[in-house]
Amino acid sequence: MHILGRGRIITEQALAYSFTRRAIVLGAVQLGIGGLLAGRMAWLAIAQKDKYDRLAESNRVQSRLIPPRRGWIVDRNGLPIAINRTNFRIDLIPDRLQDPDRIIDELRALLDLPPEEIARIKEALDRSPGYQPVPVAEDVPYERFAAISVRQPDLPGVAPTSGYARAYPAGAAVGHLVGYVGPATIEDYQRTRDPLLIAPGFKVGKEGIEKIMEPWLRGHPGARRTEVTAHGKLVAELTTRPEEMGHTLKLTIDAPLQEYAARRLGPNSGSAVVIDTVHGGILAMASMPAYDPASFADGISRSEYAMLSADDHTPLQNKVVQALYPPGSTVKPMVALALLQAGVDPRERVSCSGVYRVGNGLFHCWRHRGHGPVDMHRAIQQSCDIYFWSMGRRLGIDRLAPMARALGLGQRFDLPLTGQRSGLVPDSAWKLARYKHPWTQADTVNSAIGQGYFLVKPLELAVMASRIASGRALQPRLIANRRYGPQGGGLGISDEQLAIIHAAMRDVINSGGAGTAGSARLPVAGVEMAGKTGSAQVRRITMADRAAGRTNTELSPWRYRDHAHFIGFAPFDQPRYAIAVSLEHGAHGAAAAQVARDIMTFLYAPDRAQTTLAALEQGWGGDIRARMAETAQRWRDAHDSSPTPAQEQAEPADGGGEQAD
Amino acid sequence: MSRSIVPGTLARLPWGMLALITAICGFGLLVLYSAANANVRPWAFSQGWHFLLFLCGAIWLSRFREEEIKSVALPIYVILVLLLIGVEALGAVGGGSRRWLDLKIIRLQPSELMKPGIVLALAWFYDLLPVGETRRWSAIWPAAVLIGVPFALVMVQPDLGTALMIAFGGLAVVFLAGVPLRLFAGGLLAVAGLTPIALHMMHDYQRRRIEIFLNPESDPLGSGYHIIQSKIAIGSGGIAGKGFLAGTQSHLDYLPEGHTDFVFATMAEEWGLIGGIGIIIAYLFVIRWGMLVAGRAKTRFGRLAAAGLSTTIFLYVAINLAMVMGLAPVVGIPLPLVSFGGSAMMTVLICLGVLMAIDRQHHRGG
Repeated sequence: MHILGRGRIITEQALAYSFTRRAIVLGAVQLGIGGLLAGRMAWLAIAQKDKYDRLAESNRVQSRLIPPRRGWIVDRNGLPIAINRTNFRIDLIPDRLQDPDRIIDELRALLDLPPEEIARIKEALDRSPGYQPVPVAEDVPYERFAAISVRQPDLPGVAPTSGYARAYPAGAAVGHLVGYVGPATIEDYQRTRDPLLIAPGFKVGKEGIEKIMEPWLRGHPGARRTEVTAHGKLVAELTTRPEEMGHTLKLTIDAPLQEYAARRLGPNSGSAVVIDTVHGGILAMASMPAYDPASFADGISRSEYAMLSADDHTPLQNKVVQALYPPGSTVKPMVALALLQAGVDPRERVSCSGVYRVGNGLFHCWRHRGHGPVDMHRAIQQSCDIYFWSMGRRLGIDRLAPMARALGLGQRFDLPLTGQRSGLVPDSAWKLARYKHPWTQADTVNSAIGQGYFLVKPLELAVMASRIASGRALQPRLIANRRYGPQGGGLGISDEQLAIIHAAMRDVINSGGAGTAGSARLPVAGVEMAGKTGSAQVRRITMADRAAGRTNTELSPWRYRDHAHFIGFAPFDQPRYAIAVSLEHGAHGAAAAQVARDIMTFLYAPDRAQTTLAALEQGWGGDIRARMAETAQRWRDAHDSSPTPAQEQAEPADGGGEQAD
Repeated sequence: MSRSIVPGTLARLPWGMLALITAICGFGLLVLYSAANANVRPWAFSQGWHFLLFLCGAIWLSRFREEEIKSVALPIYVILVLLLIGVEALGAVGGGSRRWLDLKIIRLQPSELMKPGIVLALAWFYDLLPVGETRRWSAIWPAAVLIGVPFALVMVQPDLGTALMIAFGGLAVVFLAGVPLRLFAGGLLAVAGLTPIALHMMHDYQRRRIEIFLNPESDPLGSGYHIIQSKIAIGSGGIAGKGFLAGTQSHLDYLPEGHTDFVFATMAEEWGLIGGIGIIIAYLFVIRWGMLVAGRAKTRFGRLAAAGLSTTIFLYVAINLAMVMGLAPVVGIPLPLVSFGGSAMMTVLICLGVLMAIDRQHHRGG
């Protein structure tokens, strides 16, 4: 204790003096701190005012994008193909969500959501990067929408929006034609940082025309600035800039014809294309079965997607441009044109005995008894294989292939379609490069009747039909813009040569049963259709099949039946429309010819064509919508009991019975 | 002439200081009126009545003699310590933390009253201490016990802000009592040595507050939200403010606690730097008045008590403003006379009442 107080005498006086000094120090410290606080405040309010002004403003004002309405897609007469309808929807913004379980529970009660939807929402929430909205429900009835809107302050993260949804009046009939729209991907947003892409309910084209014509169709967003409280309650509307709707896209399509073609394909897995032979415009382009493009808009359910993927009729494939088949006998008019160009006399006859020998191999004409002596006209009319084998060998593949290409086979077309594939027109150089083997006589023989390496997509067949019909190099088109008009340069084919082929093709149909497609005769007075059938083998006919009489595949299991093709045009004397129909495993070209007949009839006598269709649809079990609903119901019934995803993918949707031979 | 009309006791009141606190409170009422979206309810009206009530209480306190106050300093301190223990015990029984005793009429918050209580107890102690002992250990350890007990009791409540105020208020008195700076520094070093232990004893939310104070952006939607929004309100107010009733941060609910702990931000947004500096200067004048009372006091108790109570008022203002401007962690100290709530107002008016009593005795009453 001494150490501390050593020797100093402390008086009352000294203590009072010490107090005064220390009180002054304390007062000075207090004043200093007061000054510091005042300085801090001045720093915040003067030096950093701009920064805090901005922050206060971004607190107060909420800028909301108004997504633009998407441009319409209309047909050549302005009839709607894709339009917008008003739509009340509910989304979740994960970033703003508090207590997700409670909110999802409340939404379940307010919207009456089924458990599978709840599961989908929870899964999407787990995967979402936070700023991307998760759709909860679309097409919410107004009463429920209003109920959620008024409760919004209590439901942070829930975004009720009244907007527009894409609608396709013809449903699945235009599915593959227009593609579909859907929410933008996270990658799209991360690349562009365009806030429009994550606006609730905003859709971008994901497939087909909707995807490729996106810049034309999108439009420009508007903005709504509102004053909101910290709890998201709206206080006042500040300013609104209206959105600008996307441009209307006019197609060359004829909407009623498109729908008719899709319906007429019926339960087939196939496609039909109609081309205007003056303008080159595609009037109809149907691929069936198809998906309803509207069902993709908000993210298709896993079960529905599994059903579509498992279907052996490939509803997800746009067969017009994505399927490749051997063209079969539909190439015969083209081969005949090549023969004419090479100087072959059309009157020259080949004797058909039913069997043709190439080296050690025997080739059988489809007509086992043989056609007897045939000239070019009869060879096309009756589709004699031996005429084309024999003439084709004389011509050689390298003089045949250029004509095939000139008529559009093996080509890619500049069209707003996704996933377009190119067919294959084989020739000797190609085979050497591809297989390191020289071209053989047998290859030529196969190619001359559209078999072997030959592959085409249905659109190429339609283009070939339009070029044979017009004699001009028509380019197919889908968009009817200002430059749309008559087109096409010459093909180097004379009118006489064309007339020979046209006459033969007319007699395929209009020769009282002498041709291969007599049943395709148009029931319209004064309009004759010319055409050519084709049946492309899917499986080689073996000697054993032949011995057992199994050369006709109509009775084989579906997937072993021949593909049925038909190309044609009408009217025969003044071609206006060209058509190509392909039915996968349709067994015989005549089946495709009948579909083509009805579609063509629709162009001249729609009532008559509708009557035919009505009778057919009765037999098929209703129109497209009804049949799709039934398929979906069967799928659900078969899969509800064991809904593991692995099984969903492994089993085909239907046709299981058909495959059991 | 005029003197004779007014009764002597009234004439001797420090009218300047009273006018100043009435002005501060009146300005606070405007802010509370605005914070309630141009409504006197629920805050401004009841705050006004509280002020009048406590002002009368302060004037009543000012009539006591210094000896009377000195004689009850220790008993009051002991009672408050017992109450703090009682709160703790009730909390332990009832579960969870408790800061107040519900006496049906008022909610008594003993830790709040301990702020002037510790000052008076220490003033009493140093008054009692023989002058020669001032530079000895016997001048330090009883003070350390007097401060340490309530400090520890309030820390475990847990209420970091109040505990710190009790400690700082007490230390100011120890400092002013003339304890050698070496001893004083040694005591502070000991406290510094104990800080890690205190940190260890802190609740997670308190540690988190300090962490967020150091970097508020680390948690913009959680605890850092208060500081960020408060700085936005003050900064966007600028020099002249956005105008009465025109603050967006407070009216659109972005500023949390805009009528209690963060009332200064509500005020600064609408009245700007001018309003803020005005309030700071007004408080400094109130505190200056208290320090002058201390300087005029002739007894040791009077000097220490007056300076300590002034410092207590200063601590309220300084800690609150530092917190609101992002210079201190969010510790829950209100701005006296302006923040809505009776407790802090009562404490400050008790301080002022005692200051007036001391003033009356040494200055006017002689």
